[in-house]
Formats: sequence, C-alpha cells, structure tokens
Amino acid sequence: MILEARDLTKLYGPFCALDHVSLAIGEGEFVSIIGPNGAGKSTLINLLTGVSRPTAGSVRFKEHDVTRAGSVRLARLGMARSFQLVQIFPDLTVLETLQAAVVSRLGRGRRLFGSLADREIQEAALETAELFGLTDKRHAPSRQLPQGDKKLLDVASAFALRPDMILLDEPTSGVSTADKTAIMEILVAASKRVGIKAILQVEHDMDIVFAYSHRIIALHQGRILADATPREIEADQQVIDTVIGRRRTVAR
Amino acid sequence: MTRLLGPGLALAAILLVPLAAPPYQTLLMLPFMAYAVILLGLNLLFGYTGLLSFGHALFIGIGAYTGAVLTSRFGLRSLEAILLVSAALGALVAAPVAALCVRYVKIYFGMLTLAFGMVFYTFVLKFYRLTGGDEGMPFLRPLLLGRDLSAMPKTEYLVGPYYYYCVAVLVIATVCMWRIVHSPFGLCLRTIRDNPLKAEALGISVPRYRWCAFVISAVYAAVGGTLLGPPTGNVDPTLAYWTHSGNIVFMTLLGGFTHFFGPLLGAFVFIYLQDFVMSVVPYWRLIFGALLAAIVIFAPGGLMGLIGPRRRERAELVSRA
Repeated sequence: MILEARDLTKLYGPFCALDHVSLAIGEGEFVSIIGPNGAGKSTLINLLTGVSRPTAGSVRFKEHDVTRAGSVRLARLGMARSFQLVQIFPDLTVLETLQAAVVSRLGRGRRLFGSLADREIQEAALETAELFGLTDKRHAPSRQLPQGDKKLLDVASAFALRPDMILLDEPTSGVSTADKTAIMEILVAASKRVGIKAILQVEHDMDIVFAYSHRIIALHQGRILADATPREIEADQQVIDTVIGRRRTVAR
Repeated sequence: MTRLLGPGLALAAILLVPLAAPPYQTLLMLPFMAYAVILLGLNLLFGYTGLLSFGHALFIGIGAYTGAVLTSRFGLRSLEAILLVSAALGALVAAPVAALCVRYVKIYFGMLTLAFGMVFYTFVLKFYRLTGGDEGMPFLRPLLLGRDLSAMPKTEYLVGPYYYYCVAVLVIATVCMWRIVHSPFGLCLRTIRDNPLKAEALGISVPRYRWCAFVISAVYAAVGGTLLGPPTGNVDPTLAYWTHSGNIVFMTLLGGFTHFFGPLLGAFVFIYLQDFVMSVVPYWRLIFGALLAAIVIFAPGGLMGLIGPRRRERAELVSRA
C-alpha cells in the first residue's frame, strides 16, 4: 500500500468531522471519495496531506508515519495535492509557477545565486506546461488565465513535483461541463507520462467519478459508508440513497 | 542589453555627480547610496516576500553603532573589516529576531519588528556608558582599502574617495540582490508572497525562506547603516528610532516596491525632496505626509509605476507578443 490511514478522527470542539476512518490506497489505483457536503471529504484530504492534524489515528505514506508531517515533508516524500478552490501564484507567470515546483523538487531553492535558466529546471517546467497544454500561455500571469486554465495550472504545478501519489480535491469544480472531461483526460494522460503511482480524488461529479475510478469510497457524516468498485457502488442502494441520489449506469 | 540601459545610465550619472555637481549636492548622494543599500534588503522582505518590517532601523542602528564602536573604542579603522563585522552582527541579531517574527504575518509581523526595534532603541539610549546615550558616539574616519585619508579635508574626502567607495558598495549590493531575486531562491520567496498555502503544498518551507529573507535584509540594513556613519562622523539613537523605520518604508512606497529599482528611486527622491522642502518650509513632515497619502491613493505602484508599465502590464505585453 502506498497510503494507509487508520482510525482517523478529527474533532472540532464537540463536532466530529471524521470518525474512525480507515482506508488504504495501492499502487496503480485511481480512487475517488464521494459524499454529500459536510461528509468530511475535505477534512480527510487535509489530514492526509498534512494541512491539518488528526485528533486520533495515523497516516502512513510509503511506509513512513506522516500523521504529524506537514505539507512540506509530504511533498518531499512524494505526495502532491491540488485544491478545491484554485490555488495559484497570481503575480507569477505560468512558467514561473511550474519552475517553482521544479526548483522545490530538485532541492534548488536554497541557491541564492543560482539561475532559473538552468537547463534542467527549464526543460522540466516546459515539459509539464506541454503536458497540460499550457505552453502557449507560459508567459501569461497566472491571474489572467481563464478559470479552466487556472485549475489546470494548479494541478500541473502539483504534477511538476513528479510525485508518487497525487490527491486532487475536486479537480473539475468551477469548470464548465465541456471542460471537465478534457481536464480529466489531460490529467490521466499526464499521470501515465509522469509515472504517478496512485491518484486519490474528491469529486462531486458522478460522471467523472464513475468514468475514471477503480474504487470509490463513500463518506457520510464523517464515516465510511462504502468502499468498493464503481460497479458495486452502483448497486449499493444505501449509497445511492445517501450520496448519489439516483441510480446510474457505470460508464466503463 | 536594453534592460541594462537604464541602470547603466543611472550608474554613469552617479559616477559623474562629484565632477559635475557642487559638493553640497554630492554630499546628499552619500545618504542616498546608504539608503539604497538598506532598501535593496528591505524590499527583498517586503516586495519579494510580502513581509513589511517596521523595525529595520534596528539593523541600521546595529551597522552604524558597530562602525562607531569599532573605530572609536577598538581602533579598527578598515572600512572593509567594519562592513564585514556589521554584516555579521546584523545577521547574528537578525537570526533569533527573524525566528520569532516570521511566525507571524501582516500587522502582527510589523508590530513585532517594531517592538524589537524599540528594544534596541531603548538600549542605545539608556546604556550611556556603552553607547553615549542620546549624544551618540563618534564614528571616526575609516581607512578605505587600507589607505589612511585622515589628512584630507573632510568634504574632499567625502565627495572623493568615500563617495566612490559607496558607489562600489552599492554596485556590489545591487548586483548581489539582482542575482538573489532572480535566483531559484528569489522565485521561492515570490511564491510565498503570493500564496503561502500553495507554496507549502509544493514543498517550499515558508518559515525557513522567510527567515532567510529576513536575515539577508538585515545584513543589507547593517551595511547601509555603517555607510551612514562617516558623513556625519557621529551616530545617535535616532538612527534606531521607529520613525527611521517609517522613513525607509516611505522611500520604498515612494519609489514602488513592485519594481527592483523602485526603492532606490524612492530613496533618491526622498533625500533630495526632503532637502528641498526643508529649505523652503519648516513643515516638511506635513508635506511628506500628504505626499505619502497621495501615493497610496493615486499611485500604489510608486514612481516606477508612473514612469514605466508596471510589472503586470509588462507581463501582459509579453504574453500578447
């Protein structure tokens, strides 16, 4: 298993956002977490990526105990993430954003007198820009990109870290329906090219979830309602009633 | 090459000032060059890292008092050695101060730096036997590159060898800072300024980079502070007072913190405008207060923002090209 969480619990005062959640993600898996608003999806992602710390429970990533590791250590261990609300560097260009990720991956950030024109940095940043179709916009300030491209850049910068695993918090939120599939196709193709071993995503769009996931974890009121294949989830009446809302047909 | 044209012309003009301008105007260039060094450092912290310090007079004071103590108490007169000791002491004091301050941002960071600045100000004011109290301490004329120029008349010394020494220090400081802000380190600072949450997600340790930026800016402030000493021949606690910190923030805003050379232009205009306004009316602070308000309201990009297209607009032009 590349990522393993055991009995994760998160309390906010008397409110229990996550209640003894355990999950495991293996190499080669694309796993989606679904659930209604307030189910604890973002809390779970935040605990897994070190943004917040659990009240109880543990997280292991690549055999390392990362329960109390912050985002920085996790990123260095090979776990990257994108955010539900697009997170970019508004005053940096697309290329600079990707260069920053490459600099971090290569551990060059401490070089006070180094050069960003370094071949390795440039090539890696441009390669990622190409993977995500951002080459033509590489000199554009991030703040001026259309929403779909901002989302792509957020994800692309995570990919530029060449992580073993990536956690995507609603990768298609705020994006037009037409762009959603395009983004997912780019993302899956880039994962293969980069060699990402596992993807965990939180997603509301059931078409996306069922089209791309190998496994689906349904959360409800801070607990795991189901952890099964799309076909099994599709047949689970409790999940349909609580999370999905209508019976659907698995796309593939 | 065209990018170097403006700075190159400015440098040529600076080199020609002692030959073309009267000594009084040339003498005003000395504090300008000292503040230019200070502001290069301050803007690494403010313009590039997003942390506004209201306590950098602390490090200016460290630089100035280091020079005064070394020349008048220890007989160390080599300015190169004094600058190195000042830089080292600036870094030494900045290390723990930064470790505490960079945990906070925005107004809390500003207030904490102000508090440390006030602690140092009180120290130099009250420890009379060590610092000379409110009378300050003499900063004896230092040796320049090992040359003892004490026989030279003061004005001749200041507008001649000392002037060009300051130019050299400013050029070295500018080149170093240019390299720093355009390095991978500088890029990481800009990610932190723009979005610390995202920077951390990319594996960039926000506190560590903020700490480094703070220490580097303190070193620059200490070096600049040392350069302020010889023209007056005396250092006093006002150098470390909080209004002095306010002045350098004003210079940065005046020139424009979004441009590398903005703070330097701000320092230049501030020095000469202050001198002019003071010679005309006694209420120079009134005039400068109004000017600051006008800049914030009408020209948030500072003078550099008015002169040329701002960075964002330039980037727009590049992306359209």
